[in-house]
Amino acid sequence: MDRPAAQAKIATIIAPFNKKGVAISDATSFQHDLEFDSLTVMDFVAAIEDEFDIVITMNQQAEIETYGQLVDAVVKLVN
Amino acid sequence: MMTDLPKTDLFAKFDPLIAMRADVLASGVTDPYGLVMDAVLSPTRAICNGRPTILLGTYNYMGMTFDPDVIAAGKAAFDAFGAGTTGSRVLNGTFAGHKAVEAALCEFYDRRHAMVFSTGYQALLGPISTLAGKGDYIVLDIDSHASIWDGAKLGDAEVVPFKHNDVSAMEKRLGRLPPDAGKLVVLEGVYSMLGDVAPLKEMVRVAKAYGAMVLVDEAHSMGFIGEHGRGVAEDQGVAHEVDFICGTFSKSVGTVGGFCTSNHPKFEILRLVCRPYVFTAAPPPAVVASAAVSIRKLQHSGNKRAHLWENTRALHAGLKAAGFALGTEEPQSAIIAVIMPDLPPGARMWEALLEEGLYVNLARPPATPANMTLLRCSLCAEHSADDVAAIIAMFERAGKKVGIV
Repeated sequence: MDRPAAQAKIATIIAPFNKKGVAISDATSFQHDLEFDSLTVMDFVAAIEDEFDIVITMNQQAEIETYGQLVDAVVKLVN
Repeated sequence: MMTDLPKTDLFAKFDPLIAMRADVLASGVTDPYGLVMDAVLSPTRAICNGRPTILLGTYNYMGMTFDPDVIAAGKAAFDAFGAGTTGSRVLNGTFAGHKAVEAALCEFYDRRHAMVFSTGYQALLGPISTLAGKGDYIVLDIDSHASIWDGAKLGDAEVVPFKHNDVSAMEKRLGRLPPDAGKLVVLEGVYSMLGDVAPLKEMVRVAKAYGAMVLVDEAHSMGFIGEHGRGVAEDQGVAHEVDFICGTFSKSVGTVGGFCTSNHPKFEILRLVCRPYVFTAAPPPAVVASAAVSIRKLQHSGNKRAHLWENTRALHAGLKAAGFALGTEEPQSAIIAVIMPDLPPGARMWEALLEEGLYVNLARPPATPANMTLLRCSLCAEHSADDVAAIIAMFERAGKKVGIV
């Protein structure tokens, strides 16, 4: 799967979690811009994992701060 | 020459918590985390902040803290072996009492090996961080106890959480891991926040199907769940398939310390490689002597066990009838969690109960699932039926005073 295809899927998944309607770019931070708390992170990660049939371990999650980093990580895990 | 940089304050990260605490205390409520037990009269009674109080938040499920035989064994060990071990289990810290309590655990759990740790926290921290190494996977429930999370963090394994008690979420994640990678599934028999029980029968079956080893923490079930009081895995008929059963002495056993039991033929090597076991002093002689007697008595405590369940059912039914929201629809363990609307009313309710003469645990985020504020009640086999009736009445009065029911 290429990056634009992954990004399109992730954009659909993130919409219901983006409660404040923040405009999302690759630089958007989950913690600071989207203000995801730990429970939201868990549900969001589970939704991404199930969509792409992957596992994003806690160790990998620790390295992901922005939307762009997530898309990159997903592309890497899928391919 | 070095120039002086502005001094950074490492405590700045705690500012939100400091502010939250200040807000609660500014409302005039008693500090829920500043309680002092001036005197402890029995497993169910103490003088708290100067007031006679019924204890309903101590995890002292079987009331062993004041058992005369348990106390006598501790006193005798104090006299015979001294106040402390002053050493690691692998050096000078293994006394006859440590071997005796491990033998008692082997008998209690019907297993070949048992390792005793100085605390329950270390009994999870140690095996989890040691068993799963680099390239291995730890698959755990998102609502796991801090000792399990910290064990996962201390080790070098990849950590994969799944939704609480969700067999399908666990299975999906196990299925996505490399088939040949080492896997440790970590579960709890009873989850202490809501007092709910895990579907271990299904989970253990699934874990085994994916080639994982299984560790179950039975801290909140020992002594009263399962035919022999071995816990939820025994109750659901899968104890023999669980590779490691861990637990604590600080609940039903009534002292302090923790343990891990197993039938694995290589289990004993953990004594040399498990850092939270090696690099700490062994528990004091009095503690292990008391624990050994307590464990043996727990094997023959059918009547107490039955009474604990009566208490649990009565309290659950009474609180439900009074209109409180509870953590489980039916009582599943000796923990009954009363769900509060939010922290401020929860703290007021906690204080109102204390003024009534009742101590419960106030649990708040982030220790709680779904950011809930809970008043956690844990029953004791030594509570009488009259105690339970009095407790329900206290809850009703306090709930009306605070405006929760």
